[in-house]
Amino acid sequence: MVTAIAVESNLKRVLEAKKFAVTAECGPPKGADRKVIEEKAKLLKDWVDAVNVTDNQTAVTRMSSLAACGVLAGLGLEPVFQLTCRDRNRIALQSDILGAYALGIRNVLCLSGDHHSAGNHPQAKGVFDLDSMHLLTAARGMRDEGLFLSGDKLDGERPAVFIGAVENPFAPPYQFRPLRLKKKIEAGAEFIQTQIVYNVDRFREFMARAGDLGLLDRVFILAGVSPIKTPGAARYMRDNVPGLDVPHEIVERMEAVGKGIEDKKARTDAWRQEGITICVELIQQLREIKGLAGVHIMAIEWEEAVPQIVQLAGLRRPD
Amino acid sequence: MLQPYKKVLFLGCQSCVAVCMAGGEKEVGFLASAVRLARMKSGVPLEIAEGAAKRQCDDEFNERFAPIIQQQEAVLSLACGVGVNRLSEKFDLPILPALNTRFFGEVERQGVWKEVCAGCGNCILHLTGGICPIARCAKNLLNGPCGGVRADGTCEAKKDWPCAWVQIVERLEKLGQLERLESIMPPKDWSTDRHGGPRRRIREDMLLEG
Repeated sequence: MVTAIAVESNLKRVLEAKKFAVTAECGPPKGADRKVIEEKAKLLKDWVDAVNVTDNQTAVTRMSSLAACGVLAGLGLEPVFQLTCRDRNRIALQSDILGAYALGIRNVLCLSGDHHSAGNHPQAKGVFDLDSMHLLTAARGMRDEGLFLSGDKLDGERPAVFIGAVENPFAPPYQFRPLRLKKKIEAGAEFIQTQIVYNVDRFREFMARAGDLGLLDRVFILAGVSPIKTPGAARYMRDNVPGLDVPHEIVERMEAVGKGIEDKKARTDAWRQEGITICVELIQQLREIKGLAGVHIMAIEWEEAVPQIVQLAGLRRPD
Repeated sequence: MLQPYKKVLFLGCQSCVAVCMAGGEKEVGFLASAVRLARMKSGVPLEIAEGAAKRQCDDEFNERFAPIIQQQEAVLSLACGVGVNRLSEKFDLPILPALNTRFFGEVERQGVWKEVCAGCGNCILHLTGGICPIARCAKNLLNGPCGGVRADGTCEAKKDWPCAWVQIVERLEKLGQLERLESIMPPKDWSTDRHGGPRRRIREDMLLEG
């Protein structure tokens, strides 16, 4: 029997009020120091509606996403608990959703996860018991039906979480991506974080196709954006990161801005400023796209950039 | 591995490992000559007997080597891991693996083998256009390609490895069956795979009673 239970998620409330949502990313440290999370929390707190905590991103071992989300929740921030299928089987995944709810976490982002071959333990055994579609099904089943994937019943309180997923419009097969988005919605996704957008034209096509399929009324889409720090980073993302689409013009802009600046610090500052400018321009172009519900700012190990991006892009501050 | 021994049988297998030129009669000969030479040079010679069973996974073909095996200190098996296990269950002396058994694959072209079936015990090939995402997708996804597919359609985890899901989508499109991918394939029952513990298959009708 399906009974709707109230989900006390701030992110959900903002999105349902049709406010353009702003979320940011917080990468946990490669150590056990909770102060790192507290510092990042301070930088982000007054600027975003929710903070997404990555789950051993790029398969590099870090403080657990669940623990870092717990720290953030304790500080009064709204965490989005990123949960991947790479390192946990269905027993652990469902267990962590229950634990997350008990810690005050109200948003769960369900992913398959980056493969461990590119991380810092390439010798590891990948789990991949479930895929992201199954994880969404599990989260929804636990919340709405009080059942585990196996059909076994939960005891007592259910994990009333807002359920999210990711999608990448920039990876082949392109024509299949909107259909995959549809499957994720059917599996339980209520909000979507996309891969970082640098190619706005491709993203616009993806959104149009999602609109044709009637998906934009069924899910909230947050476009991923990320300020680039250096021309080297731009080139690296363009040439080496699977699933990213960085147009040459963006690389060229980053390269051009540092030319002729001898002083190392001045050059670094110029690059960073240009990275932020490009990010702000992208946000402004994205805001014009019909049906987009918000942006997710991934300032990787550069959370200081978030307040500036929010201000320059004229985005709303959290209520 | 061979260092403590002075008398060893190098036993090949004339089935799969012979076809992929890893452990047949010919490879036994090459390996035996090389080891003999190396041990001679090091001043600790090794007496090597050579042989190749028709199929090391079947006692019937190993039995004729029993007299010679009994005279050895150890056997170096050039079969796949199955042969090593089979011999170890039958003979009371160390059976050593000469090969690192990688997978059971198809011949992609001369000199190239590829894993395409993982023997998971719960086949879904009729749903995926005959291309197996369990064996051929690095994350064994069941519901379409992950976000890590490279622009050229290769796998996030392995450059030069075509994304199985790109292949499945293309194949189903060609077969006019793309709608198959619209429904969500449920979580896999891994209990028929190795995750359910060691596996054994019994065909009652083939058992010899008595």
